[in-house]
Amino acid sequence: MGLALFYILIFPGFLFLGFLSLAFEFIDRKLYARLQNRVGPPWYQPLADLIKLAAKETVVPREAESRLFRAIPSFAMAATAAAFLYIPIWGKTSLFPFDSDLIVILYFLTIPTLTFFLAGWFSSSLYAEIGCIRAMTQFFAYEVPLYMSLLGPAMLAGTWSVSGITEFYSSNPALALCNLPGLIVAVFATQGKLERVPFDIPDAETEIVGGTFTEYSGRFLALFRMTIDAELVVASALIAAVFLPFFIPASPVFGFILFLIKVFIVVFLLALMRTALARLRIDQMVGFCWRILAPLSLLQVLIDLLVRGVLVS
Amino acid sequence: MKSAGRMIPYLISMLVKKPDTVLYPYVHANVPEHFRGALKFDQEKCVGCKLCQRICPTGAIAIEKLENTEEKRFKAVVLMDQCIFCGQCVDSCPRKALENTENFELASLDRKTLKVDI
Amino acid sequence: MGKIEIPLGPQHPALEEPESFNLLLQGERVAAATVALGYNHRGMEKACESRTYIQNIYLLERICGICSHSHSTCYVQTVEQIAGVRVPERALYIRTLIGELERIHSHLLWLGIAGHEIGFMTLFMCSWKDREVVMDILEMLTGNRVNYGMNTIGGVRRDITPEQAEEVLKALDVLEERTKYYTKVATEEVTIISRLSGVGKLSNEDGLRLGAVGPVLRASGVARDVRKDDPYAAYANLDFKVATDEHADVFGRTVVRVLELMESYKICRQVLKEMPDGSISVKVPGKVPAGEAMSRYEAPRGEDLHYVKANGTDMPERVKVRAPTLANLAAITHMIEGGYLADVPIVIAAIDPCFSCTDRMVKVTDLKTGGEKKFDWDGLRRYSIDFYAKRGVDFRNTSIGKEER
Repeated sequence: MGLALFYILIFPGFLFLGFLSLAFEFIDRKLYARLQNRVGPPWYQPLADLIKLAAKETVVPREAESRLFRAIPSFAMAATAAAFLYIPIWGKTSLFPFDSDLIVILYFLTIPTLTFFLAGWFSSSLYAEIGCIRAMTQFFAYEVPLYMSLLGPAMLAGTWSVSGITEFYSSNPALALCNLPGLIVAVFATQGKLERVPFDIPDAETEIVGGTFTEYSGRFLALFRMTIDAELVVASALIAAVFLPFFIPASPVFGFILFLIKVFIVVFLLALMRTALARLRIDQMVGFCWRILAPLSLLQVLIDLLVRGVLVS
Repeated sequence: MKSAGRMIPYLISMLVKKPDTVLYPYVHANVPEHFRGALKFDQEKCVGCKLCQRICPTGAIAIEKLENTEEKRFKAVVLMDQCIFCGQCVDSCPRKALENTENFELASLDRKTLKVDI
Repeated sequence: MGKIEIPLGPQHPALEEPESFNLLLQGERVAAATVALGYNHRGMEKACESRTYIQNIYLLERICGICSHSHSTCYVQTVEQIAGVRVPERALYIRTLIGELERIHSHLLWLGIAGHEIGFMTLFMCSWKDREVVMDILEMLTGNRVNYGMNTIGGVRRDITPEQAEEVLKALDVLEERTKYYTKVATEEVTIISRLSGVGKLSNEDGLRLGAVGPVLRASGVARDVRKDDPYAAYANLDFKVATDEHADVFGRTVVRVLELMESYKICRQVLKEMPDGSISVKVPGKVPAGEAMSRYEAPRGEDLHYVKANGTDMPERVKVRAPTLANLAAITHMIEGGYLADVPIVIAAIDPCFSCTDRMVKVTDLKTGGEKKFDWDGLRRYSIDFYAKRGVDFRNTSIGKEER
């Protein structure tokens, strides 16, 4: 019991996730800056921002649903932290693996988006409402391709468990190459999930001020910011576990370093995407997801079905 | 050829280049010669015609007579918070007693310190 | 679907200056839009009446933080016209050079702003980085980055040395190469094209009917440019083309600005090559004879217009400024309506607005009764003294309060 609590709260649970997400926020921002040929922030900037936000006055609008307004950020953070427990970090299996935990992770990862919607909705502010409706519209566009792109690899591995998928592909690394279209879809959909350029439509600053978070301030906003950082790590780790299951050594230390490298690769792709593209309009975003990402993920499913047919027969 | 991510090759090449931005207060910023910065005043040359005082668009400069001196001597009092660094006083001075320097780091937290005798 | 009304401004991240746009939204579409002016009225025209002609140069230079040379040149031209001064050729060439360098810096700035409005921060960072090159050149030539203070009545204040001309030519080569790269990016990057083309349509006829000026009108295919139509400074002796485009949308406006950048490099090179020797200014007496005049200038944002009435003293009797943004504002509502909410910021940004330059009046609306009121000078003065007295700043016993006529 004590050990389980240590796992959940400290390592590799909540506290560790906090450090990791701050570290990767720094990496993301530094990469963004260096790609634009700027100096970029010092290493402690994400932590400093967090402390500054948490120390600021927290304003709850009079019109807002006060209790929900305060509670929603905690839900977002809790769901993201819970998802992290089922992702393999230093080896082939996670801490608490069970059958079909992939579905649980995906389920946990939808909760932050839903909380963004609720946060906007209960703020009772015009900009926040437009933002939350956009968040929901976008959610329906990227979620299906994301699920389908992860469904393919799982079907080929014949298991719904992330640990199982990692184990399968690390013993058959060549098969992971079949999942390339899925990787592309997953990276784009993750960018949508994280609401970053080109899919930062729900909080497009120049259009609708702060979008869903317009009315949020102080420690609640800090919690939301933290959630988005944690989501970046969790989603990147999930992509790394499912699509990049290469060279996993037996030693936990090397395994952990390899994990960091893989997450870094995914974060680099995400950072490059937000540097090199302009924000799309909501109709263009939905069109892109259904016209390009959805067929591509269907192709992925098809490829995996065929390969599995060949393997079984 | 039209495609998404046209800037990617350029952006990647930026990763190995030295950044173009500098950490300003820690790294000195240079200004070119003849920059119109804070004013410098030469007491020796001033004859007290007060042309600069009359022409100044914002009334930032005043020429005052110095007491207790044998010859006629003047000092310039500049309100740095009103000076717009146009340099018109420098142009108008018939004796070239005024001059723009290259000093531009003139911010102060206390407004009283912005009234300076030069 | 229900309609909701949302305010865009006076305080909004998409706007650099305060201006109020009220949008009636139907879903993501804008059904109707209204513009309200007057959040940044600074009383500059009135202030000009109590300053000498020389002092007004520096005041009017500060109308705009970007096209400062445009306003001061336009004003100086007007006064020179009244005083009947013949400005030396060399001074006219120097004015042209600074004007074109200013256009380069303004258009590069606009390119960055456009990138920012469509969420493409990289374009912003890169084009502002290159803008530094031209800013440094301007700083070297004039002694300041923004308010150049180059003009004086009867000429210019600083000469250009051969070494400086060499530096300018070197910088122009760098800028030309970078501009070619931006042309490539803006016309080939799919996400930029999809955000810019077909957005904020303004047809040829509508542009003329609504009185649009500058790159907005030229992007609708009308070759109207004061530099060609009514040449001032040294433009009559220079060979350049008026850039136009047939897209008639934000993409077209981008193309026009990039083409104008290329033309500006050409003009700058010509100016430096053909600049005649001679004096840079003539002496003009402080008192200007009675008379009135008007002058036009092609600022980076469009036609700028100054009117001065002199009464024989050393101060003007009336100065009137019509900044280009005012002419383009009427077209804005037309361009916004029917478009997406997401496109409103870029459509507004595409006229390269400068709202502080535009504001010439304040409308006072009584919130309780909804009535509107007009003030004369004394009335406004009394009103403002009372307004501040109520909030604890008492001007009644100071020189400002007592001056009342």
